[in-house]
Amino acid sequence: MSTTLLLIQLLNGLQFGVLLFLIAAGLTLVFGVMGFINLAHGVQYMIGAYLTVAFAELTGNFFGALALALPTALLLGLALEFLIFRHLYDRDHLDQVLATFGVILFVNEAVKVIWGPSPLIVELPEALSATFQITEGLLYPVYRIVLIGVGLVVAAILWLVVQRTRVGMLIRAGATNPEIVSALGVDIRRLFTIVFGFGAMLAGFAGALAAPIFSVEPNMGDDLLIVAFVVIIIGGIGSIRGAFIAAVLVGLVDTLGRSVVTDAMRLVFDASAANQIGPALASMLVYVFMAGVLFFRPTGLFPARGSA
Amino acid sequence: MEGGKGAGGSAALGFGLLVALALVPLLSQVWGGTYLTSLVMQAMILAIAAIALDILIGHAGLVSFGHAAFVGLGAYVTGIAITEGLTDGMAILALVVLASAAFAAVTGAISLRTSGVYFIMITLAFGQMLFFAFGALAQYGGDDGMTLWETSTLFGTDALQAGGGLFWVVLATLALVWGFVGRLAVSRFGRVLRAAKEAPVRVACMGFSVFRFRLVAYVVAGVIAGVAGFLLAHQAEFVSPAAAAWQRSGDLIIMVVLGGMGTRNGPLLGALVFLGVEVTLSHLLEAWRLVFGPLLILVVLFARGGLAGGLDWAVDRWRTRVQARA
Amino acid sequence: MSAVLEISGLAKRFGSLVVTEDVSLTLEPRECHALIGPNGAGKTTLMQQVSGLLAPDAGTIRLDGRDITEASVAERARAGLGRCFQISAVIPEFSALENVALAAQAHDGTSFRFFSAAAEDEALNARAMAALDLLELADRAAVRAGALSHGERRLLELAMALVGEPHALLLDEPMAGLGRAESLALTETLAELKTEVPLLLVEHDMEAVFALADRVSVLVYGRVLASGPPDSVRADPQARAAYLGEDVA
Repeated sequence: MSTTLLLIQLLNGLQFGVLLFLIAAGLTLVFGVMGFINLAHGVQYMIGAYLTVAFAELTGNFFGALALALPTALLLGLALEFLIFRHLYDRDHLDQVLATFGVILFVNEAVKVIWGPSPLIVELPEALSATFQITEGLLYPVYRIVLIGVGLVVAAILWLVVQRTRVGMLIRAGATNPEIVSALGVDIRRLFTIVFGFGAMLAGFAGALAAPIFSVEPNMGDDLLIVAFVVIIIGGIGSIRGAFIAAVLVGLVDTLGRSVVTDAMRLVFDASAANQIGPALASMLVYVFMAGVLFFRPTGLFPARGSA
Repeated sequence: MEGGKGAGGSAALGFGLLVALALVPLLSQVWGGTYLTSLVMQAMILAIAAIALDILIGHAGLVSFGHAAFVGLGAYVTGIAITEGLTDGMAILALVVLASAAFAAVTGAISLRTSGVYFIMITLAFGQMLFFAFGALAQYGGDDGMTLWETSTLFGTDALQAGGGLFWVVLATLALVWGFVGRLAVSRFGRVLRAAKEAPVRVACMGFSVFRFRLVAYVVAGVIAGVAGFLLAHQAEFVSPAAAAWQRSGDLIIMVVLGGMGTRNGPLLGALVFLGVEVTLSHLLEAWRLVFGPLLILVVLFARGGLAGGLDWAVDRWRTRVQARA
Repeated sequence: MSAVLEISGLAKRFGSLVVTEDVSLTLEPRECHALIGPNGAGKTTLMQQVSGLLAPDAGTIRLDGRDITEASVAERARAGLGRCFQISAVIPEFSALENVALAAQAHDGTSFRFFSAAAEDEALNARAMAALDLLELADRAAVRAGALSHGERRLLELAMALVGEPHALLLDEPMAGLGRAESLALTETLAELKTEVPLLLVEHDMEAVFALADRVSVLVYGRVLASGPPDSVRADPQARAAYLGEDVA
């Protein structure tokens, strides 16, 4: 593989990692603080993408769509929290899994009814649809560079919020020891709502950013949700830092794996066998990676809970 | 109470259900035709997988969210074997058992090092791993899956063909699995599993290696689900990654919980009712999940104990009323 | 006579907090060795290390001369180390008989039997009944463990520990939560029991300790401050100051 190709794959991996982080951040905080496993988190990502499509049609402007989609995604997330999730915090994980699975079934179907089953696309704004010359012979779409940049900025802001602010302190305390937070007399319900809304909005933001480059279709959040789970398992549940590092690792392993594994297989098998095994193996790579991490660190790389 | 009494736990109810299922081919002569038999076959195959899953959820307290992957694995091993020209049913079955036991042993050994929500997510991830691996098998249809132009033979007969004796093979397997898991639940092994669900540390202090018991349970459940996949491939004469999708694992969990976890007949009832509801709703409304999703949420929020629990309650009431009259 | 249980040089720290510091103890046949000390002295963490729930940083634990420092909780139990918890931990959903039968399974052949009903295993039930009988719980055999009284549950735990015919028994505050009559009865039972199985006892109830113990060790800040026959410990001014002092004064 040439250096240029490698560089492109690295950028693609980073971009996937950044998207994964935006989804995983909410998931890991919601679980860390509330002990709540939310399968419907992927749905927030899908909602973000669909809202961007809808508002882009309405306003004819991508940035306008973004500005409208984010608060709407937040409101929808809060509505779900108020109507359903709030009643599940005290339940066991099985109940949480089942009820949020019900939410997935409903929202996926609702999206299909409203927007139809076929994939939709969003036009990129003029300013971002250009390509960018990184090195000689390496053109990369500006939008993807912007996406990586925005993702990194959001990650930095998030890290600052969690590390430096009062709410962040409560979140960290909640992830390490939930009893202490309620013992401090903090309105835990309000903290939950804030964290949940925040997480939902981040996932929606990821969906909005992804809308112009991936196809917007029903169930688009389902598979990404599982990769987000892989990210927070690797990173350690409840840890923002862990989620970020794991997201980038998973993004890189997945993207590079898909381009490298088949070539690597050719070293061992003949070409036709390699072409058959390679893709299957490449798609399993992140999970094998997860299994490897778990084997050595059963609680992930940066466990928030119970760490000394 | 060990074994569980009452309707949900009574062997008679399960036996009655199996007999009723045996009458379906007769019924299909006058109503429903092959549509009915193939639907009931599907329900029975799902019931086999659900009963296996209940070993984990109901008896061992392990919420596995990757159970459909084993069904998919069984189906894919079958499909690939047949495509490659192996048509001896018993040989394929042996391969299915080996493959699902191996996959369960490896993924189980890793997943069971964790517990609780980690276990849910990791089993989910391993299930998804197989799902994507199947989709990447370009020579076996990729995402679209593969149609099986022929099916395997059982000792040279057509017992494994949908038009032949497959219904009876599925029913017999279901009866066997139902009987086996019912016994397993009250065996020494099952007793250790149930105790470890309540108090794992205590059980370890007694001298049991909880991990080993759970791993064996995981492998047993995986193999039974693999066999369900073997039957599914024969019933549908088609194999695709969809069988291993994580949403199918969710469906299996719903069946177990809906029917009643850890009860003798819960998963069997749950699977039959689940498919019944799905078919009925989807006949009434194309977007049936708009109804089913909220229904599921309401059941979780307000109705616990499952169908088997509800049946127990109803039978108890009926008994007290009869006794009051006497 | 050689010690059944021999702990030597055991040490454990959590970060900068030393919870066990160079603890050496033995448990001889037919004796009850009591560990006393103020709250936070590290009694529970010590017991956890002996039973295998917590790995020590240094030191060895031997049972019947065999090094079990690295053995898992389950392996220790099979090797003959019985344990009762500070917090009652029977399986509440199981009947008393079933609880003991479960414990018996651990020491009797394999539990990887999938097909025959465990509840109809007569040999197993007989052993379980014998253990219940020993502790005068036989008439409560069919009662759900969750429905037993505090004292009965404590006896049930003892029965579960005894059915495995342990070589040494760890008792972590067996009197906790019991009424006075119940503790007196349990003390009597344990006094008989120690002739069969040596007991390593952690207990706050000084009346029970001095009624049962043949040797007493005083643990303070993770160290053994004094050790010896009950009367000499009672007379030791350091030990009195550290623990008994609070009680007497």
